[in-house]
Amino acid sequence: MRVRLNVNGAWRQADVWPGASLLALLRDSLGLVGSKNACEQGECGSCSVWLDGELVCACLVLAAQADGCTVHTVESLAQGGRLHPVQEAFLDAGAVQCGFCTPGLVVAVVDLLRRDPSPSEETVREALAGNLCRCTGYQKILDAVRLAAERMTGGDRGSRA
Amino acid sequence: MDVYLPRTLAEALEVKARRPEAVPIAGGTDVMVAINFHRLRPDAVVDLSRLPELRQWREEDGAVFVGAGMTYARLVRELSWCVPLAQAARTVGSPQIRNRGTLGGNVGTASPAGDTLPVLAAHDAEVVLGRAGGRVRALPWDQFFLGPKQTALAPDELVLGVRWRRLRGPGSFLKVGTRNAMVIAVASLCLVVDEVGRAVRVALGSVGPTVLRAPEAERFAAEQMQRAGAWDDPRAALSDAVVEEFGERVAAAARPIDDVRGSAAYRRHACAVLARRALRWALGDRRLAG
Ligand SMILES: Cc1cc2nc3c(=O)[nH]c(=O)nc-3n(C[C@H](O)[C@H](O)[C@H](O)COP(=O)(O)OP(=O)(O)OC[C@H]3O[C@@H](n4cnc5c(N)ncnc54)[C@H](O)[C@@H]3O)c2cc1C
Ligand code: FES
Ligand code: FES
Repeated sequence: MRVRLNVNGAWRQADVWPGASLLALLRDSLGLVGSKNACEQGECGSCSVWLDGELVCACLVLAAQADGCTVHTVESLAQGGRLHPVQEAFLDAGAVQCGFCTPGLVVAVVDLLRRDPSPSEETVREALAGNLCRCTGYQKILDAVRLAAERMTGGDRGSRA
Repeated sequence: MDVYLPRTLAEALEVKARRPEAVPIAGGTDVMVAINFHRLRPDAVVDLSRLPELRQWREEDGAVFVGAGMTYARLVRELSWCVPLAQAARTVGSPQIRNRGTLGGNVGTASPAGDTLPVLAAHDAEVVLGRAGGRVRALPWDQFFLGPKQTALAPDELVLGVRWRRLRGPGSFLKVGTRNAMVIAVASLCLVVDEVGRAVRVALGSVGPTVLRAPEAERFAAEQMQRAGAWDDPRAALSDAVVEEFGERVAAAARPIDDVRGSAAYRRHACAVLARRALRWALGDRRLAG
């Protein structure tokens, strides 16, 4: 079936199997492979995207349910060749190892910082409960969130190279 | 596989009248897992995620009606006055799951571990069902949930929402799992106090084929509160022995099985612990409010 949706600011359409997920549409039909496919059951968060502004697992949305909707993926974050501050913070904090979980985590962290620019550690842990990382042990990810929050609220001005 | 994308409840009910086998999909957090893993290959699905009629809640003289399409995230934000429901919603999955998963989906799946089910049972909620042509019926929760993943929903019906009489009194939802987030309950419990009816109500999840009440323990708690004068004076205390006994009686109502998530003995023990904790919290809240 044909699905028409606005992805990262542009209207796109794709012909998909009616049982296909939004994740399959993004990756296989539109070539947007930033959103990862790991579990297809909502457990890992590596497919996190925004659907009409809400953080969701793209693997659990039927592609057809997104017909007429607005989707933003991790590809929407870097602007004009510049990484988003959250992406930069992940690099600077060493929060990336194999990198498979990174796009989903970056999206979840951006979502969190939009709602709560200076989250407590507890809030961060709760907000990222749906994103699994098999490599980093999470500490560097928590560091990256703090670094991004500081930079984005201006709390870390000057200390940046 | 045909996909229907109705934009109004009436259209969705028409689809169900014509194609009763069409599988409703709301948040998709249960349905999509089944499709992705080839466990479900429906001939048709009908999308409920954008029906405005289901995505709302309202008060109806002394009762509250919560639409099937209310997501967990919205239950936490908008129904915080119903503490046990907001607590249950907040323990579901992750932010991604809570943004998408719905109360109606939890009711539709009817897993014995569904986190909202003990809350509905403790509030003596009814499940409101609709059919094409504006035909609506309401079933008490214990006539709707028939067994593990079995309900009284007719093929041409949709769950419109749930409704219960608003209670005055404290309450809470508690859940035991292997970690704090993203966890299916090993045992869960909702306890509410009905100050007007002078009753204590307790419902258990994940320890039986479907959600269970503990009527014998409920009567015991209400009587002991009567005996201690606690209904009239919230400062009147219940003895530790009474709270202990209450926990044992709640545990006796459980009908748990051994499975990968926990043994029957552990689950029964967990019920006693949760029951005592919930009762102590409720008594503490009454003291503060009183
Ligand atoms: C990673 C993950 C974590 C989870 N954690 C929890 C948890 O902690 N606690 C918990 O209780 N559950 C949990 N779940 C299960 C699931 O999120 C819930 O059961 C949720 O409420 C389902 O809602 P939904 O809108 O996504 O349902 P869907 O998947 O859309 O539908 C579920 C079922 O209900 C039917 N249905 C939906 N709406 C209606 C309606 N209006 N009328 C008739 N039938 C309807 C569907 O046909 C289907 O059978 C989790 C799931 C995932 C993937
Ligand atoms: S692939 Fe969607 S949550 Fe894992
Ligand atoms: S960096 Fe490898 S999974 Fe997170």
